Amino acid sequence: MSANVSPSIQGKTSDGRLRKLLYSQKAAPYLFVLPFIVSFFLFFLYPMVNTIIMAFQEIAPGVTKFIGLKNFSNLMNPDFYKALRNSTVFTLWTLLILIPVPLVLAIFLNSSRMVAKNFFRSAMFIPALTSVVVAGTIFRLIFGELEGALLNSFLGYFGVDPIKWLVNPWSSMMALVALASWRWIGVNILYFLSALQNIPNELYESAGIDGATALQKCYYITLPMLKPITIYVLTISIYGGYAMFTESYMLWGGSNSPQNIGLTIVGYIYREGLQQNNMGFGAAVGITLLCITLVINIIQLRATGQFRKED
Amino acid sequence: MNDKKAGRSLPSVLMLILFIVFTVVALFPLFALLLASFKPSQELLRYGLNLKIQPELLTLRNYMSVFLPNEFGATSSYLLWYKNSIVITAVFTVICLLFSSLVGYGLAVYRFAGRNLIFLMVLVVMMIPIEILLLPMYKLMISLKLIDTIWGVILPFAVAPLPIFFFRQYAMGLPKDFLDASRIDGCTEFGIFFRIMMPLMAPAYGAMAILQALHSWNNFLWPIIVLRTNEKLTLPIGLSSLVTPYGNNYDILIAGSLLTVLPLIVLFLFFQRFFISGLTVGGVKG
Repeated sequence: MSANVSPSIQGKTSDGRLRKLLYSQKAAPYLFVLPFIVSFFLFFLYPMVNTIIMAFQEIAPGVTKFIGLKNFSNLMNPDFYKALRNSTVFTLWTLLILIPVPLVLAIFLNSSRMVAKNFFRSAMFIPALTSVVVAGTIFRLIFGELEGALLNSFLGYFGVDPIKWLVNPWSSMMALVALASWRWIGVNILYFLSALQNIPNELYESAGIDGATALQKCYYITLPMLKPITIYVLTISIYGGYAMFTESYMLWGGSNSPQNIGLTIVGYIYREGLQQNNMGFGAAVGITLLCITLVINIIQLRATGQFRKED
Repeated sequence: MNDKKAGRSLPSVLMLILFIVFTVVALFPLFALLLASFKPSQELLRYGLNLKIQPELLTLRNYMSVFLPNEFGATSSYLLWYKNSIVITAVFTVICLLFSSLVGYGLAVYRFAGRNLIFLMVLVVMMIPIEILLLPMYKLMISLKLIDTIWGVILPFAVAPLPIFFFRQYAMGLPKDFLDASRIDGCTEFGIFFRIMMPLMAPAYGAMAILQALHSWNNFLWPIIVLRTNEKLTLPIGLSSLVTPYGNNYDILIAGSLLTVLPLIVLFLFFQRFFISGLTVGGVKG
């Protein structure tokens, strides 16, 4: 029997052996997971190892040589600092907006006093259907620098002079955060809402018997019960924030923006690694990005007590 | 319910107003896009988009430049991009669902040596941002000769960790009694999967199909690296190529953008349940 366990399914296997393989409960699971194994080695582990090797190499057409840590020491330049800063500020803003606001909205949507819940939930989800490319196109129109462009003409009613939104650093960041928040708020509401609906009603009932007010119920039951989903949203938001690229690419029509106000870490990888063809350096930026996101998330998960076993 | 009574109290009125404001903010940009798509692109370029609706200025010309040849007889590539996007989305979704469900089911139903290790590998892939793998992946695509092909776009991310995780969760809840009964009846393990388990997992397929199709339809970062020729681009890449720092091809960009989201909105209105269950899977705790 054990001879059949080998998951080799080359054409040479005789009919009988193939049939035995298909019936074998020992071999079957390996065939089921085979697609993942292949994909893991080819499209994950191999590139992963490759990134690490490339980060220590200078890769020019025809010549590839090891240059030690030079790619990493080259990271100390104003462009990379700018990218790091922009990505960090962007991430912080998205965390500040995309966690508390959807949380509160979801709690309201879950309340029995609310009317037309499904309508509001769906309406706020619709922006998530747009691609960043479409959303970017719309936000370029909204944040247009002409006097007659949407936001400027609106501010014009209040006597505010037209603003060159995508030229100033602060307003550029605002446009990026607005674009991301618009697309994501509905999704985060759904996350919080699905967690809220999983809180057993008995908890509220017994708290009600003990005379708890609505506010007390919210503070002592709802918020603690939402902790796991909040941590999940926090984790994916940190990854998403640091991985941001397309939003900036769309607002400035490419990976270049005036004084790099829209440059992000992934934008820097794209520019240096693919457009300037400096792959070794791009890989070093990638490794740095990985370290940053892992460290921040480990700190975050420790601070929220995720590594304690009993939680 | 007591909605009627509650509807009159002050807090619920305030809540209602708050939600109306948020809904307007959420839908306004799409309305702006719709309006812009009927305005002459020259005007947008010169004055920017305003909300004035001047019926005498509204035009279908943007849509005409999407569908009809221009004065030189050249048709825009938009319809080609649309076709490419449909093909890539369909093929990607089918492959992704088939493989991910096989893997997820295998991990959930069988006990075998290495099972936990493989599940751990799934989680690791989920934890690593793919952005850092772009450059070696690009090199790999060159050596596999997959650059500028639909397979280059589809294959690297077709066996994705999130759907595997989702199908595993779902398959763990499937009734196991069928397994032994079907084995006695002489069904192969794959026969059990395709004839019995697959139909039982239909809701999971529905949710994941929508999520993966949406992801593929809107995907940008990987296709822009793989695809080169204008005729092979997908919608997001093609549309983004119309945006330049110096001025835009507003006619096709704006009407084309609208035609890209419109089918999704229509589908969403009909299949909301699937959209929502697909999108909240991440929140399900393992």
